[in-house]
Amino acid sequence: MNKAIRSLYAALLLLIAPMAIGGEVTVAVASNFIKPIEAVAPAFTKVTGHRVRISTGSTGKFYAQIQRGAPFDVFLSADEARPARLEDEGFAVSGSRFIYAIGRLVLWQAETHRDIQPDALRFADGGRVAVANPVTAPYGTAAAAAIEKLGLTAALAPRLVQGENIGQTFQFVATGNAAYGFVAWSQVSQNGTLIRGSGWLVPANMHPPIRQAATLLTRGADNPAARAFVAFLKSDAARQIIRQHGYDTE
Amino acid sequence: MNALLSPADIDAIWLTLKLAFTVTILLLLLGTPLAWWLAHSRARWRGAINALVALPLILPPTVLGFYLLVAMGPNGPLGRLTAEVGLGALPFTFAGLVIGSLIYSLPFVVQPIRDAFIAIGPRPLEVAATLGARPIDAFFSVVLPLARPGFLTATVLGFAHTVGEFGVVLMIGGNIPNETRVVAIQIYDHVEALEYTQAHWLAGGLLAFSFIVLLALHTLNDRQAKR
Repeated sequence: MNKAIRSLYAALLLLIAPMAIGGEVTVAVASNFIKPIEAVAPAFTKVTGHRVRISTGSTGKFYAQIQRGAPFDVFLSADEARPARLEDEGFAVSGSRFIYAIGRLVLWQAETHRDIQPDALRFADGGRVAVANPVTAPYGTAAAAAIEKLGLTAALAPRLVQGENIGQTFQFVATGNAAYGFVAWSQVSQNGTLIRGSGWLVPANMHPPIRQAATLLTRGADNPAARAFVAFLKSDAARQIIRQHGYDTE
Repeated sequence: MNALLSPADIDAIWLTLKLAFTVTILLLLLGTPLAWWLAHSRARWRGAINALVALPLILPPTVLGFYLLVAMGPNGPLGRLTAEVGLGALPFTFAGLVIGSLIYSLPFVVQPIRDAFIAIGPRPLEVAATLGARPIDAFFSVVLPLARPGFLTATVLGFAHTVGEFGVVLMIGGNIPNETRVVAIQIYDHVEALEYTQAHWLAGGLLAFSFIVLLALHTLNDRQAKR
């Protein structure tokens, strides 16, 4: 073989090699978990050499897509129910699901340096209050429960506006269109302190826990990168990153 | 029928029809002079206005909706204006949806009417003028009948496009029953809540309704054209 062609092959091999060493895992992630997953994925790649492709969206949409053969290996849901259903229906590996994060709810206002107490919601002229959709979004279900516990369900009903997900709920408050909102602690905090606006961390006993489950999907069952990712998500390193982003872990 | 559609579904249908009728009528009233001007003006910035009218075709609805949310919010230019004149904030209200839909559906109404006016050309108006008709007379008795297919297309597209609107409403609506929860949002919520049966009924109903409306309008138009 001629020398030029040989060096060409060598160059090609060098190009392909890094791709061939590590596998790849495609992960469907509930949109409230965007920030932590973007920190977890590079840490995982550094340790294992596997690459991660991240798709973010709403849990309900992912559920419908996975049932119809969407090409995901691992599903990080915003709730416990839908991973369980996927396992029952045979779209996920039975018994593979576990709680990767527990969300915290915060009553939040865009202006800084306010001392927020839930009593502020009692004033009739207090403006709109944004919550995520209580039927479809786990943070909305939690917000509705907290409002009920505060005895404000009837008083707040005419002032409630619903975000399609917790991201949009945050947006309603951040743009000043709602005075208050029940948003995710992970959206407004870093390392356990508030980094934007003012907030009142809703005590965890005021609503059912926002337990977010992950599951290994049938499509990823034989993918070593997918199995490694699930294992990494349970590791202390990953759990520490998740806690830094405002979630509890089990 | 009530067994298939929940009361919330029926509320959403009424709200959607109310929104689509309001928006279509307002757009015909506002869009006709604009279309006339676009068809006949020699102004240098006519091209810029034409481009502005077409912009909602290009912008993703959620992007348009986000800008509207910011603009109509208490700190936005539109929000300050509405607060000053005592209208309050527009997001999460029916009036806010009407304004969002006016912008979103504008090209679908203005462009067919504009093209119909251009197709008529100056000749019929000149003839009417020589016969002694005042411009307003000529517009109503000559131009409007000639431009009827353009108006029909504009009405159908404006109405249909508002019924099917989703992204803008999602961004500025806040999902409030009888105020901003339109059919498209209700279907989306059914799908998200895994209530696929309800979603199918509502989506199927919307599809059938839209088809019947379009069919009726076109049949009517064909019959009148033959006369």
